[in-house]
Amino acid sequence: MIDRIIYADNAATTKLSEKALNAMLPLLSDEYGNPSSLHSIGQFAKEHLENARAAIAKAIGAMPREIYFTSGGSEADNQAIRTAAYIGRKKGKMHIISSKFEHHAVLHTLNALEKDGFKITLVDVNSNGIISPDDVAKAITPQTSLVTIMTANNEIGTIQPIAEIGKICREKGVLFHTDAVQAVGHIPVNVNSMNADMLSASAHKFHGPKGIGFLYVKSGIPVFNLIEGGAQERGKRAGTENLPAIVGMSVALEDAVNNLDTNAKKQILLRDRLIEGLSKIEKSRVNGDMDNHLPGTLNMCFEGIEGESLLLLLDMNGICASSGSACTSGSLDPSHVLLAIGVPVEIAHGSLRLSLSEHNTQNEIDYIIDTVVKVTAHLRSMSPVWEKITNQNVE
Amino acid sequence: MALYSEKVMDHFTNPRNVGKIDNADGVGKVGNARCGDIMKIYINVSDDGIITDVKFNTFGCASAIASSSMATEMIKGKSVDDALELTNKAVVEALDGLPAVKVHCSVLAEEAVKMAVKNYYDKKGISYDPSKFCEGNCECCGEH
Repeated sequence: MIDRIIYADNAATTKLSEKALNAMLPLLSDEYGNPSSLHSIGQFAKEHLENARAAIAKAIGAMPREIYFTSGGSEADNQAIRTAAYIGRKKGKMHIISSKFEHHAVLHTLNALEKDGFKITLVDVNSNGIISPDDVAKAITPQTSLVTIMTANNEIGTIQPIAEIGKICREKGVLFHTDAVQAVGHIPVNVNSMNADMLSASAHKFHGPKGIGFLYVKSGIPVFNLIEGGAQERGKRAGTENLPAIVGMSVALEDAVNNLDTNAKKQILLRDRLIEGLSKIEKSRVNGDMDNHLPGTLNMCFEGIEGESLLLLLDMNGICASSGSACTSGSLDPSHVLLAIGVPVEIAHGSLRLSLSEHNTQNEIDYIIDTVVKVTAHLRSMSPVWEKITNQNVE
Repeated sequence: MALYSEKVMDHFTNPRNVGKIDNADGVGKVGNARCGDIMKIYINVSDDGIITDVKFNTFGCASAIASSSMATEMIKGKSVDDALELTNKAVVEALDGLPAVKVHCSVLAEEAVKMAVKNYYDKKGISYDPSKFCEGNCECCGEH
C-alpha cells in the first residue's frame, strides 16, 4: 500500500503556508480584539487589519482603500457583478458580457440577474482556451454595463488577454471585472496594467486560509453592499472582520508574490515533465494553450475512460487530483469548460486535472506518470468505448 | 465519510467477471458514451436455460463498474428466467447502497442483463413478452 500522499489538486485548494499559520496563531488566542472597539486591544487588532489591507493592496498595485475583505472568491464575484448591475440599472444599461467558461460564482450570479431583467451575452472561447478580445469588443453595445472575464481558467489553466480586454472596456466606458482567483499569487497581477475596475481573489488558492478573500474596486466606483449591518469595510461589507484569516491571507500573498518567479519556474519544469510523460498515452490530449498558461495546472483527456473511476484509482494510489467528468459533478453533463472549448462530450468525461505547487517533487511527478499510465490501461481493458476506438483503428 | 460503501469499492477495485465471451449466446449493451456510462454484458446459456458463464465490459464511474460486477455475480448459475427478475433495487442492496445520484448505474446493470437475455431469446428463436423489456427510449440508453 501507499505510504504517502501526493497532492496535485492545488487549483482546488492549497496547503496553508507555515508563515501564514504562525501569523494567525496569536490572533486566534491572546490577541482576540475586535477592530471596531475603541480600547487598546481593539485598536491593536485594527492596526493588524489595516496593515494586512496595505500589504494586499501593494501586492496587486492598488490603494489600501480599494481593497474590501470578503468570505472568499465567490462572494467577491457576487459583489463585483452586483455592483456593476446596480450602477447599470440606474443608467438603464441592462446588458452584461461574460464568457462561457467562467466559474459558477460568476455564471450563476449572471443567471440570477437575467431573471431580474438583465440581458447576458456569453462570448465563445476558442478551442485553445483563450477568449478573443475582438469577440468581447463586438459584443459591447451602448447598453453594456459590465464585462467580466476571468484572468485564468480554473479547470484548464489558460491565461486570458485581460489587459487588452480591459483596454477595450476603458475606451468604451464599460466597467471591467476579472475573477483572478486562480491567478493571484501565481502569475504577476497588477490592476493598473490589467485595466481592471474590479478584481476578485481567494486566499486558499495561494497557501492562505479558507473562507477569506478580497475584492478590489477602483476608487470612485460605488460598491454595492451584499451584507447589511455594521460599518466594517467602510460600510460596504458588514460583519466583524475575520482578522486571523485576513492576516493569514496577507502573509501568504506577500510570500507568494516574493517567490513568484522561483515557484513558477519550478512548477513549469514539473508540469512539462508531466505533459511529456502523459502524452505518451495513446489517444490523450492536452486541453488549452500551454504558451499562455498557469505554471502549475494541467488538464488532459484520455479517451475511452471515465474521470471518476480514474480519480478514485489514483486516490487509492495516494494521488489527489480532480476531473471535469459528469460523475464528479453530480450532473449528467461533463465540465462546461471543456465543452466550451469544443472537447466532444464523450471525451470530456475522461478528463484529469493535475494542479501542482512548489512543494511537489520530480519523484512525485514520475510516480504520477507511472500510475496514470497503469490506471488508464486497466480502465481501458474493461471499456467497451475503448474497444470500439481500437476496432475502428484496425478497420 | 466515504463516497461509496466498502462493497462498492471492493467490486470497483476487484471487479468480478470482467471480460468478453467470443460468440456468446447473448450480448446486451446499454448506455451512451455521451452520458458517461456504457455497459456490455455477455452470457452463455446451457440447453436447460442456466447461465453458465457471464462477463462484462463497462465504461463509467466506480458505481457503474461495481453495479456491473455485482449484477454478473447475481445472475451467474441462475436460470435466464431468474435473471430477468433481477431488479436494480436488488443490485443496490447487494452493494450496501449507492448514492442517490448513482442509482441510475444500477438501472443500467438491470437493463444490460435484460438486453443480454433478450438477445439470447432472439438468437434462439424463443418467444417472449416484449413488454418485459425496456424500449430503449430512456434518456441515457440511446445505444440500444
